[in-house]
Amino acid sequence: MKPSVAVHKFSSCDGCQLAFLNLGEDLLALTELVDIRHFLEAGLAEEDAKVDIAFIEGSVSTSEDAARLRHIRDNSRHLITIGACATAGGIQALRNLHDTTGWTAALYASPQYIDSLDQVTPIRDVIPVDLELWGCPVNGRQVIAAVQQLLFGVAPPRQQDSVCLDCKRAGNTCVLVSGNAPCLGPVTHAGCGALCPAFGRACYGCYGPLENSNTEALAQQFARLGLDAAAITRRFGLITSGAEPFAGTVAKWRGLPT
Amino acid sequence: MDEPNQFLPRAGLQTLIDRLNHAFDRCLGPVVLDGIVQMRPLSRVEQLPAGHHDHQAPGSYRMTRDDGTRQFDWANGPQALKPLLFTPEEPLWRVDRDDTGRLAFTPHNPMRQRTAVIGARACDLAALRLQDQHFLHGEHPDPYYGARRDGLFLVAVDCSHPTDTCFCASSGDGPGCGDGADIVLTELDDGFLLRGTSDPGRAMAASLGLAAATTAQRQAGRERIVAAAAQQRALPDADLSAVLFARQDHPQWARIADRCLACGNCTAVCPTCFCHRSQEDPVLGGSHSEHLRLWDSCFSPGHAYLHGAHLRESIRDRYRQWLTHKFGGWVTQYGRSGCTGCGRCISWCPVGIDVTAELAALTEATK
Repeated sequence: MKPSVAVHKFSSCDGCQLAFLNLGEDLLALTELVDIRHFLEAGLAEEDAKVDIAFIEGSVSTSEDAARLRHIRDNSRHLITIGACATAGGIQALRNLHDTTGWTAALYASPQYIDSLDQVTPIRDVIPVDLELWGCPVNGRQVIAAVQQLLFGVAPPRQQDSVCLDCKRAGNTCVLVSGNAPCLGPVTHAGCGALCPAFGRACYGCYGPLENSNTEALAQQFARLGLDAAAITRRFGLITSGAEPFAGTVAKWRGLPT
Repeated sequence: MDEPNQFLPRAGLQTLIDRLNHAFDRCLGPVVLDGIVQMRPLSRVEQLPAGHHDHQAPGSYRMTRDDGTRQFDWANGPQALKPLLFTPEEPLWRVDRDDTGRLAFTPHNPMRQRTAVIGARACDLAALRLQDQHFLHGEHPDPYYGARRDGLFLVAVDCSHPTDTCFCASSGDGPGCGDGADIVLTELDDGFLLRGTSDPGRAMAASLGLAAATTAQRQAGRERIVAAAAQQRALPDADLSAVLFARQDHPQWARIADRCLACGNCTAVCPTCFCHRSQEDPVLGGSHSEHLRLWDSCFSPGHAYLHGAHLRESIRDRYRQWLTHKFGGWVTQYGRSGCTGCGRCISWCPVGIDVTAELAALTEATK
């Protein structure tokens, strides 16, 4: 019997689910190898299916999420979180830095219908997670590699290099050294193929902090290059602002005078 | 400068480029692309960076241009020969699995592309000799590196424009070219001193039908190299291997770790760093997989991860490993330091850590 798979969505933009739908021919190959039971974006609805592998996109943001997650955990043999939201809280974790009650009252005519937790958290804060695939969004290659390793019966290896090593292997010009661009590549996990620097843009840190990420030293360098405290705070406080040590760097620099 | 010098007028450089393109599968040379000097396919002399100059400093690389006509008035770009021979990523073999689960391994034959390169520097040649020693002259010569090395023809150019981060004079590797090239050029205002330094190089040089260089031209060439040896940075005058192995507990290591990002840029641009790892790239379904070799770095967590334990978890330990190996371990392994004074690790470090300054601090009496 083929292993079964479910793809669940929490607070997110659906971009990581598109990593499956954008697989092209590999998606057909995937459906021959596994039995996809639940995947709303693809029109398959079986929320309560017991599966071998559950993928979870999105962060914990509403009061219903925790109970739903525990239900999914009970139904799943392996549970893999995908994307910045599920692994670090994502963009919406930026609200953790503010008192958002006032915003809700200002924006909505009937704010009592808004169900929103004070703090946005990654999935691992609520249930045990077996594997995290970081990225905003994750790409198909990561997803395929993880599924294939599980089919082989081995633990998927974690991407371990900095974005810089991907840049150097690809022969990209360093945008930081050659152009003072505030690139997060030196403190960010590879996995995207150094997409932004390949097009001359500074890395946004989508794939999250390296295991030995010296964010403070990079923030100091940004300051030497002329970024003020507010700009440095915005740099680290973006896609994976909830992940340490990015979160600590944001907390430190947002308190400094601009 | 023992080989007899001929004089190649600047207008004759196109002929050399044409000959190289004719004799080899490809000819690469320095061009300015995305604001840096890169080795790219070269067919027209106009592609060369005439009037371009690099300005390097710790953590900084900029190029400017004036109306100068000299084509090699720059020091270096982030890479030169290393990626051509020790490729950043390549498949070594493919493994196929049949329906019964039996595995069949098929090696990838190394690509035998013959490449001519114009514009290697003395530091690059010194690094090439070290990479040759590592990949070819050990117990298990590397056929992939070897095939590309066999097909390599090098036109090196003496350095006349060292930048702020250069220290080849103190490492003993430049600015004049040492062994390893086929032809060496020294750029003058109106052309080049040219000398064949290998049999194929001498044959190529002879085919150009050039006149011998005059005494004045040879003198001008010597003066350029002497002038280029005046460099801002230098290695400490000490037995660095002994110092490093004796000072593994020096407080300077922790001070470096405060600044080091552990991103691995220094190792990636270092022309002698040879560490690599392998990984599988299986297709979905597992019917076959490519076994890849790719550049690794001693700053990456997997480099010293053995059976569930990290040998070097902290940035301090990783930087100490890199520097101690480069300036200490190499002496035992390869008979000399692994540093050829190119300064790339200083320029391309995002936070501008300067190995010469760190070595000086480590060499000073422990405070």
